[in-house]
Amino acid sequence: MQPLLKITGLKKSFGGVTATDDVNLEVEEGELHAIIGPNGAGKTTLIAQLCGALKPDGGAISFNGNDITSKPAHSRAGLGITRSYQITSLLMDMSVIDNVALAVQARSGHSFRFLKAARNISHLRDEAMIALGQVGLDKRADDNTRELSHGEHRQLEIAVALASNAKLMLLDEPMAGLGPEESKTMIEFLKSLKGKRTILLIEHDMDAVFALADRISVLVYGRIIATGAPDEIRFNDDVRHAYLGEE
Amino acid sequence: MDTTLLFIQTLNGIQLGLLLFLVASGLTLVFGILDFVNLAHGSLYMIGAFVAASLTFVTGNFLIAMILALPVTAAVGYVIERTIIRSLYERDHLDQVLGTFGLILVIDTLAHLIWGPEGIAVPLPDWLNGQVELFTGVVVPTYRLLIIATGLAVAAGLFWLVNYTRLGMLIRAGASNRTMVSALGIDIQMLFALVFALGAVLAGLAGMLVAPITEAAIGMGGDIIITAFVVIIIGGIGSMKGAFIAALIVGLIDTLGRSFLDDLFKLVMSTEAAESSAPAVSAMLVYILMALVLAFKPSGLFPPKVR
Amino acid sequence: MGTLRKKGTLTIVVMAALAILPPILLWSGQAFYLDLATRLVILAIAAVSLNLILGYGGMASFGHAAFIGIGAYAVGIPVYHNTYGEFEIIASYSGLFQIALAVGISALFALITGMICLRTKGVYFIMITMAFAQMVFYLFVSLDIYGGDDGLVIDIRSELPLVNLDSPLQLYLLAYGSLVVAMLIVRTITRSQFGMVLQGAKGNNERVVTLGYNTYAYRLTAYVISGAMAGYAGALLGNFTTFISPEMMGWTRSGELMFMVILGGAATTIGPVLGSLVFIVIEEVFSSFTIYWHLPFGIMLIIIVLYVRGGLVGLITGGKKKRGK
Repeated sequence: MQPLLKITGLKKSFGGVTATDDVNLEVEEGELHAIIGPNGAGKTTLIAQLCGALKPDGGAISFNGNDITSKPAHSRAGLGITRSYQITSLLMDMSVIDNVALAVQARSGHSFRFLKAARNISHLRDEAMIALGQVGLDKRADDNTRELSHGEHRQLEIAVALASNAKLMLLDEPMAGLGPEESKTMIEFLKSLKGKRTILLIEHDMDAVFALADRISVLVYGRIIATGAPDEIRFNDDVRHAYLGEE
Repeated sequence: MDTTLLFIQTLNGIQLGLLLFLVASGLTLVFGILDFVNLAHGSLYMIGAFVAASLTFVTGNFLIAMILALPVTAAVGYVIERTIIRSLYERDHLDQVLGTFGLILVIDTLAHLIWGPEGIAVPLPDWLNGQVELFTGVVVPTYRLLIIATGLAVAAGLFWLVNYTRLGMLIRAGASNRTMVSALGIDIQMLFALVFALGAVLAGLAGMLVAPITEAAIGMGGDIIITAFVVIIIGGIGSMKGAFIAALIVGLIDTLGRSFLDDLFKLVMSTEAAESSAPAVSAMLVYILMALVLAFKPSGLFPPKVR
Repeated sequence: MGTLRKKGTLTIVVMAALAILPPILLWSGQAFYLDLATRLVILAIAAVSLNLILGYGGMASFGHAAFIGIGAYAVGIPVYHNTYGEFEIIASYSGLFQIALAVGISALFALITGMICLRTKGVYFIMITMAFAQMVFYLFVSLDIYGGDDGLVIDIRSELPLVNLDSPLQLYLLAYGSLVVAMLIVRTITRSQFGMVLQGAKGNNERVVTLGYNTYAYRLTAYVISGAMAGYAGALLGNFTTFISPEMMGWTRSGELMFMVILGGAATTIGPVLGSLVFIVIEEVFSSFTIYWHLPFGIMLIIIVLYVRGGLVGLITGGKKKRGK
């Protein structure tokens, strides 16, 4: 079986700095694949290339058997790739449910529909409520997004990713800035998604990564130095060296 | 085509281009460092013209008046920055545009109150009022050569400033990044006020130079500001080099278009059709150029690297 | 929820007053006020159209007056040729033809310039819309046949079925009805799925693109709709003033339209109408006792930008809007 996401020889540099250096990576359908690495390893740059926000200098990305290397961001989303952001980038002036409903709406191809009020389209609302219910935000559906706490913003990010019903969810540090309690809830929640969604998780929180991932890839200075099951990675010499060298 | 006319019109195009550069360089400087869109930049151009006009009548000499008017426009720019512009730095560009739009209305009306509704013609000293025969058969007004010389000198000065000074380093870095500027141990408030005043001087100088040709008039700023916008859009907002090259291109295309487009059109269409369509097309020429540049390079010819 | 209901009440009160007061003033012999109200309502249509892209779409167009000018000349030019000959394809007194021309050319101009403007963002967008408007301005200045700088007198108003535009009251009622329709159009569009995408892209474009929307196409569509509506307002304005000139599309005019939207309250239904109301009042009151009325107007504008957030609608209903970098 071919992998859902296949990255071959991906390269990206900014000026003289190489942010992505010949990255090869495969993500199987249904797996939770984590990418770890020290600060500045190029994790976010990699995500940006996967979702189309940045153009790679070389290499190829194929998704579900299609070459998507030069596809614009909006059509990649149409094929089934969604991402959450490291720095919360929700639509702050909209209500909580509208943030999610916009993702539901995106699934139906285009939204050149001018007449009916989006709020009165029940299937959009219902599906948005289901996603909100999954992350435990259903009670806050009609609140203004700005009024939510940081932890709730992270949850809403996940709800938006869920609602877009994507085949592949790129989660960029969903645990960033969460307190211990909130982190625990988030880990439990991501665990509940395992097997149902394919997830590429980028995360700093090592406890979370080792608790969740099926496989882990280690990115250092734009290169993948190791890929394997959590236990292989834990005892891999190169990885220990990279992390110990860092600290 | 008549080569003498072509030469003279090219010279006129360069002159217009350099005047545009003086206005556009200040705009791009203020935008590059302060991240501020100053719609009222044209008003400083007008103030320069009026102040120079008044001082010409007081001192009886245009050149002395210009030398005195430069610090006056700098001071006006400084005061405007301290009182109003300062509060707009933290706002979005839309607020800046609306606020400075209000400022234009205020300045234009004040100019109206001070100098009256009529434009003021500015007399040139005799030695500048004549013409020079550059080579046989090619006669150009002396004053136009002075404008070109001044424009080139200022351009050279600005290139030195941008490429070889600390201030220039900040400009090239696109130093709207306040933390970086303060990390370098620079008094930001002072730097911003100085940059704004420098922009005011450049615009004011352009206004002074143009006053003897067109006279100082209310609303003269509005006409030039949009062309200056076109210049910095083509050149790349924040780029001094872009402003210089784009200003010359715009100046030349506008001037040459107005004088030769009908001749060009006559090569491909009837005389009558050419004479009726050429003025309309030449009026739109620089905007069409802008549209073409943007279609291929949305951030202009020389987009600043850091932004 | 209280704010919402207050906004609804405010909308109804203002619109009812605009429906009832001007005719009453006309019948009590104050024809002047009907004139003022007509100008107000026509400007409000343009402001409502600008609000669609500026308020809901975050596209700060500083060239909206160009569409008004195009719309006005789309009335003036057919009338001119029907009276004085030449260019018979477009010569016509028919209002329906002229309005179709006004809306069509404005939409086309919006499509072509929008395709270029919308490739850029932020401050580029502001300047480029301004430059394109100035291009149209200079185009009409250079067209001597239509009076150039001096403008063009519209000898005969548009001939429409059912309404006679030579009657000031009928012209007013047409303009008022058009304003109501324009408000309903914008209200419907902004609440639709299309509108959600448009407003989402205003908040965070990259996010909405990542969800799978080609936001460029949505913005361009909104820009074309907005331009077409403003062109229609221009056709009405030409019929109202019966004198048109490039001055009506100068950049000061575009600035005034922006002022109306921001002052009244961007992204609200009634805001642009309130903004136009205040603008007309300022213009009338100030200009009645000084020719220097731009001075207090300019000072007011600066004060509003510095201190009034969320516009008049926000002030009246207590709703808060935040703006900033």
